[in-house]
Amino acid sequence: MSAPVLGQGIIKGLVETAKNFVNSYVKEDRLVTVQYPEERLPQKEATRNFPFLVYDGDDWQKGLRCVACLICEKECPPQCIYIVKDTVRKPDATGKLQFQPKVFDIDTSVCMSCQICVEVCPFDAIKMDVEYELSTGDRFGGLLVHKQQLAKSNEYYRKIHSAESAEVDARLGAERAKAEAKAKPTAGAKPA
Amino acid sequence: MSHAVTDPQVQDTRSLAAIPAPQGSGAPTYTLQPKRAADGTGSGDLLEVSMGPQHPSTHGVFRMDVVLDGERVLKLKPVFGYLHRNHEKIGENTTYLGSMPYTDRLDYFCSLTNNWAYALTVEKLAGLRPPERAEYIRVITAELTRLQNHASLVGFLLQDMGAMGTPLMYAFREREWILDLFESLTGARMMCNYMRFGGCRCDLPPGWLEAATQLVSGFPRFLDEFEALLSENEILLSRTQGVGVLPRALAVNAGITGPMLRASGVNYDIRKVDKYGIYDRFKFRVPLGEHGDVYDRYMLRILEMRESVKILEAALRDIPEGPIMDPKARLRGFRPKPGEAYGRIEAPKGELGFYVISDGSPNPYRYRVRPPSFINLTILEDMCLGHHVADVVIILGSVDIVMGEVDR
Repeated sequence: MSAPVLGQGIIKGLVETAKNFVNSYVKEDRLVTVQYPEERLPQKEATRNFPFLVYDGDDWQKGLRCVACLICEKECPPQCIYIVKDTVRKPDATGKLQFQPKVFDIDTSVCMSCQICVEVCPFDAIKMDVEYELSTGDRFGGLLVHKQQLAKSNEYYRKIHSAESAEVDARLGAERAKAEAKAKPTAGAKPA
Repeated sequence: MSHAVTDPQVQDTRSLAAIPAPQGSGAPTYTLQPKRAADGTGSGDLLEVSMGPQHPSTHGVFRMDVVLDGERVLKLKPVFGYLHRNHEKIGENTTYLGSMPYTDRLDYFCSLTNNWAYALTVEKLAGLRPPERAEYIRVITAELTRLQNHASLVGFLLQDMGAMGTPLMYAFREREWILDLFESLTGARMMCNYMRFGGCRCDLPPGWLEAATQLVSGFPRFLDEFEALLSENEILLSRTQGVGVLPRALAVNAGITGPMLRASGVNYDIRKVDKYGIYDRFKFRVPLGEHGDVYDRYMLRILEMRESVKILEAALRDIPEGPIMDPKARLRGFRPKPGEAYGRIEAPKGELGFYVISDGSPNPYRYRVRPPSFINLTILEDMCLGHHVADVVIILGSVDIVMGEVDR
């Protein structure tokens, strides 16, 4: 590996850096820096940051999908979800009475964005948000997010994760159609 | 502060009796006596330097207590534990699935290979077998991880040599594109949490294979540029050749694995030995070093990157369609039968092994990580004796440590 001219290796390296320097003015792919915060990279479909609760329709309290089954609280590895079940039940999309959470807190300073709560939720009630500019100066509870801040609409979910939400909507729509189809014959038989 | 130094090389001229007991505030009241080498060698006093945890070139929070004679190292004591996070104890109190995100944070550069090692171990324990497509996805993500780890490592090694960040930024440009791929696949750039027991969490999004193929086809050009920048550089050659030699016998006796072992000339690559996953289907060579010095370790990583590109090209071409999870696998209520399993993979840093003992409950009874960086660090003193302080920094850089793995 010894060069005939002393310094040849260094000169070869300098040629490379010179090429990169000149090309950064000329070629698009040599200049890769994104000037944050003036420019931001586009969000990818699968990106995840912290969880949020999905609600259907316009009323976030009536349409909240969460039924306080406590599975996400149990499966969360750093145990950052705190749920208190409500004694009052509310009807869900098919009309059946379901439990609801009175308190649903996520401590985002503990949450490690592992997405296990999303994977285990049987009701597609908790999904991953993509907001990342969340810094706050309040050290004592500024990062503790409550139920009202967590609840975001299904339209918002469609906006941030279009492919995933399409799949969830299709599945939930099919389940609801099946439930309605089962309810119809009994409703028809009742008056008789 | 008042312990007696019993090293034969260093004669401490203090003694316990000479140190008076603290009065009142308890502040120390001894006077420092200079240390001299017991056999009279050296040009005078020895200097004990703590290359402390806050240091830009210790690759994380790692401390080295070096005893120096002038600039030559006489004794080196590595001190770690500054990043200890009770990973193994937490593993005993969390479910098997719940430990998966914590494995991301062990060797935080290579989260997908950590995930694979843990998934492999639990699959051995529970008798699950991932389907074909999942195995191919695992190989693709593991080799991409190896590419970005080796590129970053060469960048950091050159940074330690004083290259002021240029090779590092070249490496990081490629690394960013690989991390973009990981983000579109798993949702996160570094803490991927992607492997599950019995397969992978989700399937490849549309367009991912094309993007990965494009990146892999452009990688050899990047490697050529990288090598043109570095491999014949006289400063690199004179600083790394002959420095930090690790003899073959010592490497094998100390349990060194990974690129450090292969740089010393031992042909041991777990991908070839165990043939875990589907590695027996790919044709790739295992580069070996001759001298075991820092230059061999650097060159070996460049060559390993080229071999990884070959594996990636084959895997991206041959990946079949199909399911990505074993149908027997369960996400919740996973209780493997009582037993134990040790699963290991060729992580970019060495042999990453997980030893899990199950007692039939949802949490493991014992969860042990065999960290390659930790075991490779034990040989640091033997490699550094007699070298200058500047060489110590370079030798540490070539060992390739990540404190998340050393301390767990």
